[in-house]
Amino acid sequence: MAGHSNYVPQSAAAKWLESRLPVISLIRGSFVDFPTPKNLNYWWTFGGILFMVLIAQILTGVVLVMHYTPSTANAFASVEHIMRDVNFGWLLRYLHANGASMFFIAVYIHIFRGMYYGSYKAPREISWILGVIIFLIMMATAFMGYVLPWGQMSFWGATVITNLFSAIPLVGEEIRTWLWGGFSVDNPTLNRFFSLHYLLPFMIFGVVLLHVWAFHTTGNNNPTGVQPKTKQDTIPFHPYYTVKDLFAIVVFLILFAWFAFYVPNYMGHPDNYTEANPLVTPAHIVPEWYFLPFYAILRAIPDKLGGVIAMFGSIAVLFVLPWLDTSKVRSGTFRPLFKQFFWIFGAVCIGLGYLGSQPAEGIYVILSRILTAYYFAHFLIILPLLGFLEKPKPLPASISEAVLGAGQPAGAVAGPQTK
Amino acid sequence: MTGMVKTARALVAVAALAFSATAFAAEGEAPHIEKQQWSFSGPFGTYDRAQLQRGFKIYKEVCSSCHALKFVAFRNLAQPGGPGFTEEEAKVIAAEYTVTDGPNDEGDMYERPAVLADHFPSPFPNEQAARAANGGAYPPDFSLLAKARAAHRGFPAFVFDAFTQYQEQGPDYIYALLTGYEEEAPEGVEVPAGQYYNPHFLAGKTLAMAPPLSDELVEYTDGTPMTVDQYARDVSAFMMWAAEPKLEERKKIGFRVMAFLVIFGSLLYFTKQKIWRKVDH
Repeated sequence: MAGHSNYVPQSAAAKWLESRLPVISLIRGSFVDFPTPKNLNYWWTFGGILFMVLIAQILTGVVLVMHYTPSTANAFASVEHIMRDVNFGWLLRYLHANGASMFFIAVYIHIFRGMYYGSYKAPREISWILGVIIFLIMMATAFMGYVLPWGQMSFWGATVITNLFSAIPLVGEEIRTWLWGGFSVDNPTLNRFFSLHYLLPFMIFGVVLLHVWAFHTTGNNNPTGVQPKTKQDTIPFHPYYTVKDLFAIVVFLILFAWFAFYVPNYMGHPDNYTEANPLVTPAHIVPEWYFLPFYAILRAIPDKLGGVIAMFGSIAVLFVLPWLDTSKVRSGTFRPLFKQFFWIFGAVCIGLGYLGSQPAEGIYVILSRILTAYYFAHFLIILPLLGFLEKPKPLPASISEAVLGAGQPAGAVAGPQTK
Repeated sequence: MTGMVKTARALVAVAALAFSATAFAAEGEAPHIEKQQWSFSGPFGTYDRAQLQRGFKIYKEVCSSCHALKFVAFRNLAQPGGPGFTEEEAKVIAAEYTVTDGPNDEGDMYERPAVLADHFPSPFPNEQAARAANGGAYPPDFSLLAKARAAHRGFPAFVFDAFTQYQEQGPDYIYALLTGYEEEAPEGVEVPAGQYYNPHFLAGKTLAMAPPLSDELVEYTDGTPMTVDQYARDVSAFMMWAAEPKLEERKKIGFRVMAFLVIFGSLLYFTKQKIWRKVDH
């Protein structure tokens, strides 16, 4: 990281600081001079986009907390106070609520990009695993954040998810009581969720730094999956990727603003505008859209404990993905068979998301089971076998060759980008 | 890359076909809610002040005997983006209501006319009293109802809703419910005593609320037709405002933000092109 910078402090103050804490060369080495493959396409901008969304969520969240009251008696009313009486409170809340959805849109694209281009493969396994940890903490944070407005879906979502823990043999009931801080989802539950919802984003921030540290140690992957070999293969992060990421961030902000300003309740559930009532169960309890595929997997298994294991297993399997994919070739660009299975897998995940939003009955249950089986088969059967069965296309000798090669389009380019 | 995009498109199309088949199967029971024209829909939507005032009149004279409006304060009636009452008018309206205040220096609660800072008083002291007076049914609070009710849209309608900025499911539903009562229930639908048949009701086929509106029920002095249809539109619009009082401000700022982002994004794009011109990538 710092080693990538040839920064020499000029001013006396910089020399003084640099000899005591080399923070300037650290930042320059990581985000200014850092040698980055010159062929990264727009799918690589989602890391920067995610960092922006994380910061935006923390900033809006910190201000929202100044007006929110974490108690079952006042939480719902305090959110309405934010929406009606606080200056620009409606803006803060809509940005924060839609920001969660934007976070997941970006993270899913980021994860699928990593899967397509084999970014999880050696030597980037640790970056990938840290990423899965970030994803897990994100899910916990989003789930607990959704409970805070104390609407009907907040309450019943919390009830359904915390009840899952009671499926654990022998100690399940005790764990559930411990999570609740009582014998049902109630004031202690809301208070601890509030506390953790404030804590976890800072933990995400910490793991993000490790995530960046790890892939800055190995260097970025790139659309060819071929490691940079010469200086011609890389360019400094600044100004090339700072300007490209910034452009992508602004385009993403247009999407974000579209939702926050024009369809702010599109991602939410109308039932959450009804205050939580433990005596009235909603007709269909559904989680937020970003949990739907996992919710479908949970309900696909007829046994409660089995469903919980399958749901957590569907994320746990991601941790060992680097060792399940046996192919020596990183990038899907050069893997004709993998490419097809990748898109089928993407469609299966969307299909599971749809099924998660439907009632658990009839044809939906059968389809959920088929797609759940496929989800696991993709990781546990297809990926391990593909490495042996597939004949990959020839790899370019270097990034520069791939870029300049015989008038061919440069690698995979996603956006309006000229060669 | 174009291959990647093509494959993605093909897969989306296949998925769409597969799911539209299952979506049809799911629609069976859900009531169909017609979309209505609203002045506040779309990116430049604003409330129709006269309509909100008429809607408020209906709320005050009809609905408020059972339905509370607890998150709305009298001062809101005079706020920008609302029904457009002057502060004086809002004060007069508030003074027509009695609220409980206290305790005073003797420790007693007392009643006084409402002021701008007060919220609309609820017609019943608590939920139990409301249920007791309404045959066991609880008339929901009006403050958020226009955002708390929506018919299930299903696939693929919900996808298009994001692009067409359809956020008026609530008022559409309220309008459909208020105009959707039918005297005769079809065969096979049992209407229990104290219930009324309404095929648009989300939570069942019958509900405890009698048809609340009838022609000429509320006096309009501005020549607007005094019909159930018009009443239903006006009170639905009023409820949307009650649920989303900052809608106009939101859409106004939203347009400025969008315009800024598009211009800034375009400039960044050309900056990026210039910086990258000499790099083969």
